[in-house]
Amino acid sequence: MAVAEQTGTGTVAAPAARRKRSFRPRYPAWLTAPSLVYYAIFFLGPMAILVAFSLATQRGFGSLSYGFDIAQYRLIGNPLYTTIFARTLVMAGIGSVLTIAVGYPLAYWMARYLTTYKMLALLLVVVPFWTSFLIRTYALKIILDPNGYLAKYAGINILYTKYAVAVGLVYNYLPLFILPTFASLERMDWTLIEAATDLGARPLTAFRQITLRLTLPGVITGALLVFIPMTGEYIIPNILSGGNYEFVGNVIGDQFNQAQNQPFGSALSIALMGALSVFVIVYILFATKEEQFGA
Amino acid sequence: MRRRVTAKQGFTVWAVAVFAFLYLPILVMVIFAFNKPSATSVAAFHGSNICNIPPTQVGNITVWNGFTSCWFSAGLHDPTYIPAIVTSLQIAAAAAIISTVLGLCAALALARMRPRLRAPFDALVYLTLVVPEIVIAVASLIFFVQARNYLHAFPPLGKATILLGQVVFNASVAMLIIRARFVGMGDTLEEAAYDLGSGPMATFRQVTLPRLMPAIVAAALLSFTFSFDDYVVPAFTNGTTNTWPIVLYSAVRFGLTPAINALATIMLTITVLAVIVTAIVLRRSRVRAAPGQDQTGGLDIAVGLR
Repeated sequence: MAVAEQTGTGTVAAPAARRKRSFRPRYPAWLTAPSLVYYAIFFLGPMAILVAFSLATQRGFGSLSYGFDIAQYRLIGNPLYTTIFARTLVMAGIGSVLTIAVGYPLAYWMARYLTTYKMLALLLVVVPFWTSFLIRTYALKIILDPNGYLAKYAGINILYTKYAVAVGLVYNYLPLFILPTFASLERMDWTLIEAATDLGARPLTAFRQITLRLTLPGVITGALLVFIPMTGEYIIPNILSGGNYEFVGNVIGDQFNQAQNQPFGSALSIALMGALSVFVIVYILFATKEEQFGA
Repeated sequence: MRRRVTAKQGFTVWAVAVFAFLYLPILVMVIFAFNKPSATSVAAFHGSNICNIPPTQVGNITVWNGFTSCWFSAGLHDPTYIPAIVTSLQIAAAAAIISTVLGLCAALALARMRPRLRAPFDALVYLTLVVPEIVIAVASLIFFVQARNYLHAFPPLGKATILLGQVVFNASVAMLIIRARFVGMGDTLEEAAYDLGSGPMATFRQVTLPRLMPAIVAAALLSFTFSFDDYVVPAFTNGTTNTWPIVLYSAVRFGLTPAINALATIMLTITVLAVIVTAIVLRRSRVRAAPGQDQTGGLDIAVGLR
């Protein structure tokens, strides 16, 4: 009885004792100063100049005067550029959906059926992620080359088309999607599935009502994790479409490389970030809603 | 029961197909590092070493023309490739160190900071990760040019500016990896150390730091890889400096020889070895340090999942 009482008061008093604890290992807030200063100068600084440039007026080749000129933003409304914006977002969307379709079953297989070789499978997913992005894209180019075997014997001649770009997107971003998805599948309690099937649920129903719901946050995170860099993609459209199927990123790059129209390039950058922020905000709303329901 | 087995088999077939998709291009790249120039270009070439044939005359190298290993020596002796690789290694090493130190400091303070104080910093960190790299690249370019215009002490476009541009993203990644590990560790061992009379510095050195090591190493390795592999930021902030991805990119766009494949194969081998060694080290440190049901040998820490 005395013991029970003691543990009883112990558990009740624990939170209060924790708060009153004379010492809590904490690190001084000034440790954030180096990175704060760094971000302020080398991230917020460039962003501020980008905004200033986007509102500046172009005066001849490569020179400009600051002001509040929204002409560059109006130019984005030109069908030439809205087409590229739409294409970028649609291709990133298609790329993300394809990545989910290819990657989710693999992550599921790794989490559900592998035991001893789980580590090896994860390694096999990570190795391409740790090899050069350019080399991987170049390797795809060898395979898809019109003079290569795939074009000659299988009749698949898609290099320099949007199909090659889609393949490149999925190929390069697959590991990035598989990792968080695998992590959320790994946390799944598979006895729930057993319970459901024991109670008469068909496997597909059990999957839809339990596995899919529990892993959806991981899938959405993974999808956003690939969607965002896909919309800003520069290398893949350039190499695999040979300039035939440019993304917004390529047009932005051109304004700084060749056209020397930096105000317009800056305005395009801001517009791209604006388009992306819509998706990020939707995601944050979704994530906080998930948190509220304790998923 | 039979149904369950077929589902498993179906998934296994899919998994094998996906791994084939992931590895086929890499395999082709390695095999074609041993590919000869096309027969017609060899016939037209008058030198003794066929691997001296320039990119413009090498012919169709996307089909198999025969075995040679001379591209490895050609790649290693190329006047542009090796210096570019050395430059990239230097920048990547510096980026890894700076990013990890910035990330570690911030992670230590942030992990136990009140959420309300932490929120603005978190927002800033996520912003650096969400802004597309091409936007960071062009913004950094105009910033560096303006900074140089107004402040003569600011470095001109080159190695230094590539580094300054890359650290933004990498410091955020490093911070998130280290913080995730730090939060997951809890503070009981540190508290025990304090209770036993150890001071803050000694506790940090002897308790916190060793337990954070896997995450610190992972953050440094990841920053190194991201920086070494990065094309977009250097492409705009390089001035006249050539990094390996920049050389690679122009080669891929404007013609190349299998010497590129040979160098890529060498680097792939080094990466694979490094990944294996890392996995083993992390696995051993887990066995020594922690209980738990971690089945991935700490690899999830290495790729920033925890």
